[in-house]
Amino acid sequence: MASLSRDDVAHVAHLARLGLTADELGRLEGELNHILDQYSRLTELDTDAIAPTAQTIELENILRDDVVRPSLPQAAALANAAATSDGFIVVSAILTGGD
Amino acid sequence: MGSDPAGLNRRPGHELAAGLRAGDFSSLELTDVHLAAAERDNRGLHAWLTIDAEGARAQAAAADAALVAARRDGPVAVAALPPLHGLPVALKDLVSVEGGQCTAGSRILEGYRSPYDAHITERLRTAGAVILGKTNMDEFAMGSSTEHSAYGPTSNPWDLDRVPGGSSGGSAVAVAAFHAPFGIGTDTGGSIRQPAALCGIVGMKPTYGRVSRYGIVAFASSLDQVGPFARDSRDAATLLHAVAGRDERDSTSAPVPVPDRLLALAASDDAAAGLLRGKRLGLPREYFVAGMEPGVEARVREAVAALEAAGAVVEEVSLPHTDYGLATYYIVAPAEASANLARYDGIRYGPGMRDGDTLANVLATRGRGFGAEVKRRIMLGTYALSAGYYDAFYLKAQKVRTLIKADFDRLWADGFDALVAPTSPTVAFRFGARLADPVSMYLSDACTLPVNMAGLPGVSIPCGLSEGMPVGLQLIGAPWTEAELFELARGYEALTADAAWRTVEPTDLARAGDPDGPTPMDRAAALAGAA
Repeated sequence: MASLSRDDVAHVAHLARLGLTADELGRLEGELNHILDQYSRLTELDTDAIAPTAQTIELENILRDDVVRPSLPQAAALANAAATSDGFIVVSAILTGGD
Repeated sequence: MGSDPAGLNRRPGHELAAGLRAGDFSSLELTDVHLAAAERDNRGLHAWLTIDAEGARAQAAAADAALVAARRDGPVAVAALPPLHGLPVALKDLVSVEGGQCTAGSRILEGYRSPYDAHITERLRTAGAVILGKTNMDEFAMGSSTEHSAYGPTSNPWDLDRVPGGSSGGSAVAVAAFHAPFGIGTDTGGSIRQPAALCGIVGMKPTYGRVSRYGIVAFASSLDQVGPFARDSRDAATLLHAVAGRDERDSTSAPVPVPDRLLALAASDDAAAGLLRGKRLGLPREYFVAGMEPGVEARVREAVAALEAAGAVVEEVSLPHTDYGLATYYIVAPAEASANLARYDGIRYGPGMRDGDTLANVLATRGRGFGAEVKRRIMLGTYALSAGYYDAFYLKAQKVRTLIKADFDRLWADGFDALVAPTSPTVAFRFGARLADPVSMYLSDACTLPVNMAGLPGVSIPCGLSEGMPVGLQLIGAPWTEAELFELARGYEALTADAAWRTVEPTDLARAGDPDGPTPMDRAAALAGAA
């Protein structure tokens, strides 16, 4: 199966939004390739005609009644945020440049 | 300090329930005995991340007040009290308790306070249970030793230099060490059954969908289930009954009735053992894996012989795709974890980095907040789901999952009542023994994770000792057969009620209470230094 280069590991880390150190990237390159080697066993199996299983209990869609119910109060929902203002969570600006 | 001359904390929950109703002691008294044991041992065992003595005592006092009122109303009112009324329970630190911490063993949730109760917390409160605190665990339930907790490891009370298993190691130790008669864990690939086996107690992973996961920190959503720990099968079944059932806030919790048979396991050994007669049990040959310790295999085969002697019919069977379980699991679980753990950005909750722009802050928050094992799994899962690899990894694994499930389905269609197997191929291992090689750690769950892949119930029960350490026997059933599994487990308990090994208490427990002794972290460091 596939094997991961150091650049691949850095790319996946970015996709996963993990800020990793150079040491961590190096270690993960070895570990991930070792684990991916174990995955290669699965290619032994012919699964062309097999349907995938995403969940095991075969529930049909269950719909709840469409009624208004109390939800978490705003103060409780915001209580764990580091910075809030007027009922909003404060984050750094996403768009920069240009006034 | 914390002396318990009555030995209340060594008695099973069903005896404590009877004593409470008879007025032999109060919930406050037995809560204090359990709190004292937990506090005394926590330096040496580190089973608990937080012990809420004040909250527990308030809940116990309320339970006592309800008892007094029920007694005033007469025997019918006393009998109507729920079975867990006034009894202590340990919660894994990924179960939300309003206003309390819920770290999931991670730095990224340090200081977070749950804004609401999990469904099972509500159910336990309704049942009158007393929540003693929150227990240690592998970070985000990823691990088989509790060594991946960001808050340090937990020791096994049978040998303080060894792991308790994981990921629910703290709850397993709390129950094994007599800090609580009841404990809650979660099991994604073996995280209840394997620590139950390694600590010598009962632990069940129920059928996928049996227990609501509302308010439980998610790891892998097609696999995670909540389940009970106890020191005997009657108590474990009682706890499952209290928390199981449909909850409309978890769309995967199934509208399947919870059988009251769970509350009616035979008290008499003769009646319990009699139920084994004629039961058809499969012994899957693939579960006697390479690397299995001879002592573990011997105990499991002895247990099988005892079941046969009691009239059960045991046949060797094959689950031919077992060997593919590990690879399948380590694609599906990390893939789902990478999606579930995307939410930890340090913005809405949890300690976040705030020095840079939004993206830099998220990268730094997650880079510092997650431990090595969690990062490994997020990386694996992100890769397995990424463009160009989804079909080769995730879709392929989901197809193999179909084959693994079909292996089991064939046996249920053939009329087997249950399967009997080892829970873990080895007894508890020493700190550090499997940390250097993630794949060796993953092999700890070879006998348990196919059960999660297939969504089935499985229970681990003690079946003796090997080299002085507990061995677990696993019983696996068709969907929704938890009561039948517990009846088999209770039957085996009855057969072995007089076995010498049942009288052995965790052999290193006395040392755990040494106020000047080494902590599990000290022990792990010493073993790492000696290696």
